Amino acid sequence: MNNILVTNKVTKQFGQHTALNKVSLEIPKNCIYGLLGPNGAGKTTLIRIINQITYPDSGEVFFDGELLKPHHISMIGYLPEERGLYKSMKVGEQALYLAQLKGLSKSEAKARLKYWFDRLDIGDWWNKKVQELSKGMAQKIQFIVTVLHEPKLLIFDEPFSGFDPINANLIKDEILELKNQGASIIFSTHRMESVEELCDHIALIHQSEKILDGKLSDIKKAYKNNIFQVGLELDNGASLLQELEAKFQISEAVNVSEEKQLNFKIQLPTNNSSELLAYLSGKANISQFTEKVPSANEIFIRTVQDKDAHE
Amino acid sequence: MNKLPLIIKREYLAKVRNKSFVIMTFLSPILMVGMVVLIAYLTKLNDNEKRVISVLNESDYFSTDFVSTESTGYIHFRDINLKAAKDSTDALGLYGLLYIPHDSDLEKVANESYFYSKEAASTHVLSGLEEIFQDRLHQRKLQILEVSTKDYAELGDKFEINTSTFEGDQNLKGINELKAAIGGAFGYLIMMFIIIYGGFVMRSVIEEKTSRIIEVIISSVKPFQLMLGKIIGTSLAGITQFAIWIISAGLLLLVAFAIFGIDPDMLNQGADIRDVMGVDVSSPMPLPSQFMEYFQEIYKLPWLMLIIFFFIYFILGYLIYSSIYAAIGAAVDNETDTQQFIFPIILPLMLAIYVGFFSVFSNPHGPIAVGFSLFPLTSPIVMLMRLPNGIGDGGVPIWQVVTSIALLIVTFIGIVWLAAKIYRIGILMYGKKPSYKELFKWLRY
Repeated sequence: MNNILVTNKVTKQFGQHTALNKVSLEIPKNCIYGLLGPNGAGKTTLIRIINQITYPDSGEVFFDGELLKPHHISMIGYLPEERGLYKSMKVGEQALYLAQLKGLSKSEAKARLKYWFDRLDIGDWWNKKVQELSKGMAQKIQFIVTVLHEPKLLIFDEPFSGFDPINANLIKDEILELKNQGASIIFSTHRMESVEELCDHIALIHQSEKILDGKLSDIKKAYKNNIFQVGLELDNGASLLQELEAKFQISEAVNVSEEKQLNFKIQLPTNNSSELLAYLSGKANISQFTEKVPSANEIFIRTVQDKDAHE
Repeated sequence: MNKLPLIIKREYLAKVRNKSFVIMTFLSPILMVGMVVLIAYLTKLNDNEKRVISVLNESDYFSTDFVSTESTGYIHFRDINLKAAKDSTDALGLYGLLYIPHDSDLEKVANESYFYSKEAASTHVLSGLEEIFQDRLHQRKLQILEVSTKDYAELGDKFEINTSTFEGDQNLKGINELKAAIGGAFGYLIMMFIIIYGGFVMRSVIEEKTSRIIEVIISSVKPFQLMLGKIIGTSLAGITQFAIWIISAGLLLLVAFAIFGIDPDMLNQGADIRDVMGVDVSSPMPLPSQFMEYFQEIYKLPWLMLIIFFFIYFILGYLIYSSIYAAIGAAVDNETDTQQFIFPIILPLMLAIYVGFFSVFSNPHGPIAVGFSLFPLTSPIVMLMRLPNGIGDGGVPIWQVVTSIALLIVTFIGIVWLAAKIYRIGILMYGKKPSYKELFKWLRY
């Protein structure tokens, strides 16, 4: 069994509004799975179904090969987008309470909390009240509470919102470390930069439907359209450019005569670039020749726009 | 592992450690005692005000009737006209002027007498004056009828019929009212508890929503568990508060006994209660022996049964209402939005109290009393007012008790189920002020 979580045609309606329409996902073990989509696409509803906060109208969810049941709760760690803490409770007391709700014994929870507090360098917060903490500080506590019971599956909904860049980096490293230790992670966001850095797999949810999913590298390959970024050093750039423009689609061409530098993007009919490379190497000194791989952001925007255009 | 005890513990501690809770718990008995003392003091102050009235008596009657007493003083004017009397009354700053015109006929004199005052006269003063006139008129009529005052006094003997149940238990007059008042106290306690602690439950739910911790919690526990834990934890805090109040009230009473030198044993031995309580002996009160009968009657009440039923009705009633409160808390984003939903909850509670006081007191087993003691939203209060009469013969029929509890349990299950549904949806809804229509829709999600 290689999937930690499988959803099979999960559908959820709120009155007239369909929040999820037959969404089927396969989330492999020990990977970071990016759940992407515009606001209101249905990501949070799906996550709430996985956490058994709400229930699907039809379809099933399987956790590690078993039909999702209440006892799986203790194997899932969830950091919701709308998150907070009890304001008037002390930090340590509160963390203990939340850990015990996840099924840890008091002594076990204490020991693990001590480890994590030291690790994130917040050991002296134990007796502080939450209302004395800044938003970023409170987020750290929430992160600890989410991962404390060492769940098999971690779900982070917009985990970096509210963090300054330094702490965001710290948390990102912790997430990668958790993956190295064997956890599977669902990572929901609409910020694409972090997707590139973290995710192995992605699924794109748009208007309650899954419109794309798979390995990030595969998707990128599929979305390549044989565009190459070329940089040449030669004396007469203008004439070569003219020559090429007759045969290929050229864009963003920049010819700097004084520096004998010509840069352009070129669209090839196939992915076979060796012919062009051989041709160019006879004419000029090649300073750059890279294939333009679309960013997750481009894929996201293109897929969503394609989908909207078809309707 | 069962997480309910954890939630209950947290809710309890969160409530009990709250500063305002601690302050309220220890301050309110003091405030309460202070209030009673203040009211007593003010009442005394009010009574002590002596009013002086001038009397211009031109008739041949009433020459000896207006004699100064502790509360009212009389000044008699002579040989001046009404205008001058009015002026000097005003100039002297007296309360008012009683003018009695000259006439040979007493009735005419009485009818044409006037009381002048700067402001509208107090009814207390007027009734004092009227009493004097009435007495005089009475005596006059008795004279005409040739009845002696002594004969008349004998006529005035009051009569009260003795009552008894078929079993031969003597009934004391007014004991029904007394019993209902005891039940009413229980019912009132329940109402106060529901309103105060239901409000706490509601605020606690709103707090979880506004602090955004709710989604973290319900990814670990079922919303229903959280709701139940919250209700139980908060009510335990409430019971703690009540226990502290009762104990401190007891202590205060002991202290009061010690200070005023009253031996609590005297109460039990049936000493003259009026002396003990410092009541004016001359005031018309039932005889001491009758007091003892009332005490015995109250003592004879089925206290164990009452307390058991108090807890049954209290727990069921409180659970029903507080789960509604929890649902309201879940449905709104802040406390100001709760008003439209709270009024319909308080309505049946108020209705129960008023129906209880007006209907159950006069007829504990009448159709209205029976109806309201069966209807689940009012039964915890109204039934408790009826129960001091006992269950079974002469009291509340067993079937009514059983039916009302059964209805309560059914309602409890239904309401908690509905409330849990609204709660489950509501806690995850932000930024919307829901209408009743919206809530109804949530029930079907």
